[in-house]
Amino acid sequence: MITLTVNGKPVEVDDSDPSMPLLWVLRDTLDLVGTKYGCGVGQCGACTVHINNVPMRSCSMPLSAAAGQQITTIEGLAKADGTLAAVQKAWVALDVAQCGYCQSGQIMSATALLRANPKPSDEDINTAMYGNLCRCGTYIRIKAAIHAAADDIAKGGVA
Amino acid sequence: MNAVSFSADAYFAEVMREVEAIPTTRRTTLSRRSILKIGVAGGAGLVLAFQLSGKAFAASAPVKGEFAPNAFLRVAPSGRILIYSKGPEIGQGIKTAFPLIIAEELDAAWSDVDIEQAPINPAVFGSQSAGGSRSIPNSWNQLRQAGATARAMLVSAAAREWRVPASEITTQDSQVIHQASGRKLGYGALAVKASALPVPDGKTLKLKTRDQYRLFGKHFGGADNAEIVTGKPLFGIDLKVPGMVYATFTKCPAVGGKVASANLDYLKSLPGVKDAFVVEGTGVVSEVMPGVAILADSTWASFRAKSALQVKWDETNASKDSWSESTKKARELASKVGEQEITKSGDFDAAYKGAVKKVEAFYSYPFVSHATMEPQNCLAHFKGDSVEIWAGTQTPERIITVTAKMLGLPENQVTVHQMRAGGGFGRRLVNDYAAEAAAISKQAGGIPVKLTWTREDDMMHDFYRPGGFHSFKAGVDAAGKLVALSDHFITFSSDGKGPVAGGNIPKEEFPFPLIENGLLTQTMMPLKTPCGAWRAPRSSTCAFAFQSFLNEVATAAGRDHVEFLLELMGEPRWLVPDNQGSLNTGRAAGVIKLAAEKAGWGRTLPKGHGLGVAFYFSHAGHFAETAEVSVDAQNKVTVHKVIVVGDIGPIINMSSAENQAQGAVIDGISTMNLELSIEKGRIGEGNFDEYPLMRITGTPQVETHFIQSDFTPTGLGEPALPPVAPAVANAVFAATGQRIRSMPFFKNLANQAQA
Repeated sequence: MITLTVNGKPVEVDDSDPSMPLLWVLRDTLDLVGTKYGCGVGQCGACTVHINNVPMRSCSMPLSAAAGQQITTIEGLAKADGTLAAVQKAWVALDVAQCGYCQSGQIMSATALLRANPKPSDEDINTAMYGNLCRCGTYIRIKAAIHAAADDIAKGGVA
Repeated sequence: MNAVSFSADAYFAEVMREVEAIPTTRRTTLSRRSILKIGVAGGAGLVLAFQLSGKAFAASAPVKGEFAPNAFLRVAPSGRILIYSKGPEIGQGIKTAFPLIIAEELDAAWSDVDIEQAPINPAVFGSQSAGGSRSIPNSWNQLRQAGATARAMLVSAAAREWRVPASEITTQDSQVIHQASGRKLGYGALAVKASALPVPDGKTLKLKTRDQYRLFGKHFGGADNAEIVTGKPLFGIDLKVPGMVYATFTKCPAVGGKVASANLDYLKSLPGVKDAFVVEGTGVVSEVMPGVAILADSTWASFRAKSALQVKWDETNASKDSWSESTKKARELASKVGEQEITKSGDFDAAYKGAVKKVEAFYSYPFVSHATMEPQNCLAHFKGDSVEIWAGTQTPERIITVTAKMLGLPENQVTVHQMRAGGGFGRRLVNDYAAEAAAISKQAGGIPVKLTWTREDDMMHDFYRPGGFHSFKAGVDAAGKLVALSDHFITFSSDGKGPVAGGNIPKEEFPFPLIENGLLTQTMMPLKTPCGAWRAPRSSTCAFAFQSFLNEVATAAGRDHVEFLLELMGEPRWLVPDNQGSLNTGRAAGVIKLAAEKAGWGRTLPKGHGLGVAFYFSHAGHFAETAEVSVDAQNKVTVHKVIVVGDIGPIINMSSAENQAQGAVIDGISTMNLELSIEKGRIGEGNFDEYPLMRITGTPQVETHFIQSDFTPTGLGEPALPPVAPAVANAVFAATGQRIRSMPFFKNLANQAQA
C-alpha cells in the first residue's frame, strides 16, 4: 500500500500495479469519477488534476509518481460546506456546459491558471486552455467564464 | 442468429422514420393510470444506481399528498414541483428544455422546479429518443398538455375552495390568484385538493399564446450544472455496482473480420485479468460483431491486457475499402451523368446549352468521425431471465428491442437507465456498445460488466459521416439569373440498392426544389465501412458543396451573393404546401436579410479580409450565416467572426440556444478541417493527435440572432451547423480569390500555397 494525499486527505491505495495511471486510481479505486477519461494519451485534458497546484494529465501519470504529492481533483475545489469556488460559480452562472463531459478538466485548468495569474488576457487563456478539448465547442463561454471568475477573485472570491 | 450485416443503413432508416414521424398525441400518455406503470420499469436497479449517483433513475410511486396528474410532474404540499424530463440529455439541453415547456404551461416559478430524468417507458412517455433535432417539435404538444392539465386542475381546486368561477382565476409563479378578492394560494397548498379532481379532457385545455409566455426565451442554466462543476457521477462511464467487472472489447479493425485465434490463455495470466473470451456476436454491426472480451478488476487492468492482446483475424469477408481508390474512381465518374435520377425539373440540357455563362466544378469531402468526448461505454447486468442496462444513449427504446431479441428475452424484462451522455452528434443513435456489454455480461455468467471503449476503439468503430463527391454544372442567362443546375452526386452503397445512411440526397433537399431546370443524379460506389447519422446528416456536407458552388455561380454571373440568394427564394411560400416542416422561402429570405444587415454586408473590409455568406435549410430550421476571415501569405486562415441568424420559431431557453449556435459554429470549423483515411478497410486515425479537433485557439467571435416567429418551435441541435463551412469557404474566396472545393479546408489551402 502507498499513501496519496487527495483533496487534503491521506488515502491508502493498493500499489500492486504501480504503473496504473492516477486517473484510474481516482476513478476505479477511490470512486472520484469527476476526473474523466477522454483519450488516455494526454491529448484532450479531460483527466486534468492538480499535482502540487500544477495542472497535470492524470491519464499519463503513474501511481508511483503520484505518491507523496498533493493531489486535487474537481471534487476538492468547493469548500466542505458546499460553497463553490469562483471558477465553478462562473461556470454555473454562464451556463458553460453542453454535454459537460470535458468540463471538470476545463475547470481544473482554469483554476490553475487563475491561481497563477489572477487577471489573464485572452492570449493567456488560449495558452493555458490549449490542452483541453471540448467537442461541443463551448470555448467561447469557457473564455468568458474565466474572465468572470477573474473579476470575482478581484472582488475577494476564492479561485 | 440474424443475417450478417456490416451496415447499419436499415437500422438508421427505421430510426429516422421513427423520429421524423409527427406523433399524434396519445391520450394514454397523459392518463393518471400511466403513473402506476412507471414503477415497473424501475426494478432493483434503482437501489444499485443510488450508490453512486444519489439521484433517482426510476420514479417511485407518488407520495401521499402529492398532486400527480400525469407521469410528467408532481406538486408536493411543500410547493416543490418535480418535473420528469423524458428524453436523453446529450449536450443539447433537453433536460432543461422539456421541463421548461411543462413549467410554462403550468405557470410555475422556475425556482420551485426540481428536474429528474424520467424512467425509460415509452408506453407511458411516448418516444424517448433524441435524433434529427426532433425532440422539441415531437414533444411540444404532449408536454404543453401535461403542464396545462395540471394548471387546469389547480385552478379548479381553487375555484371550489373559494366558491368562485374558474374563469375568474389566473395563475402566475406557482400561485393561483383571484384578482377580484385579492386571494392567492400556492400550488402546494392545493396539491391534496387537486388530486381529488378528475383529469380534464385535453381538448378543453387552453394553451398559451406567445404573448403569454413568461419563461420561454429567457436564459436558464442547465439542469445538471451544479453536478457537472463539482464532478458528481452523471455519465454512464461513472457508474459502479457491487460485483462489477471492467471490460474491453476488441473487434477486427476492418469491419467484418472474425477472430481466427487469440492469446486468451496468456491474457488470463495477466495481473488483474479475470477472464478473456471470444464473443461470436450476431454479425450485425449495429449489434455485436465478433471480437475478444477481456474482463478485469479495473479499467486499467483491462486496457493493459488489451494492449497485450494478439489476434489473428480472418478477414475473408472483411472490408477492403480504400478512400484513395474511391476518390480516384469518383473523379473518373465526374464527367458522366449519374446512374440514378433523384429529381429533375424543366429541361436542364436545353437550358444549360442556351446559357450565357456556364460554370462547372467538382467538390469532395472525406469521412469524419463523431468523436464524442465520452467514449462509448455501457454497464450491463444479465440476470438469466432479465437484463438491466445503464447507458448514455440517444435511443433508449432501441436498447430494449435489440437486447431483448439478442438475448431471447421478452421486452419487459429489459430495463434501461438513461444516463447523461458525454456528447451524441448522432453516434449514440446506435447502441452497439450496449449490445456488446449485454452479450459479454451473459457470456461471463451473468455478472455486471462495465464495458469501456478506448479512444482508439471509438475512432475506429464508428458509424461515420460518409465522404462524397459532387460534379456540378450551372448556367446563367444574360440577366445573370440561374437557369440551369445539375449535380452528379457520387456516393456509396452497402447493398447496391440505396445510398449508405447519411449519404443520400432526397429530392426535396435545398436548393433543387427552387431550380427551374434542374437535374440531380447519383452514382453509388460499393462500401463496407459503417455509416450513420452525423450531426445534420447529408445537410452538413451538401451545404458545403451546394452553397459554395452557388457562390461560384453568383460570382461568374457578376452578382452579389445575398441578392442572388434572395432572387432564388422568390415569393414567400412553403415549398411543400401546408407542410410546416418544409422550407419557407419567406423565412429563408428573412434570415438572409438579417444576416447581411448584421454583418454589414458590402462594407469595406480590412486588407486580406473576406466576408462570406451561406444559407441552409435543414431539420426544419432556416439559417443564414456570415463569416469574416483573413488569410495570410502562407494561406493560413483565421476566422474572426461568424454571425448566426436562425428562424426556428419561439426559443425555449435562450442560454441553451446561443450555446448550441456557438457550438455548431465551432463544430463546423473544426470538422471542415478533419479527415479520416481508410485503407484496407481500416480507419487510419486512432486518437486526437491524428484527428485534431479544434482547440480554444481557433475560436472566432460568434454573434447569434433568432427571429422568433409564431411557428411551432423546431430543433436546434443540427440546423445551425450546415451553413458554417460554405460561409467560411466563400469568405476565403472573397479574401483571396482561391476557391475551396474539398475538405480538409485549411490543409488543402496550405498545400496550395506551397505548390
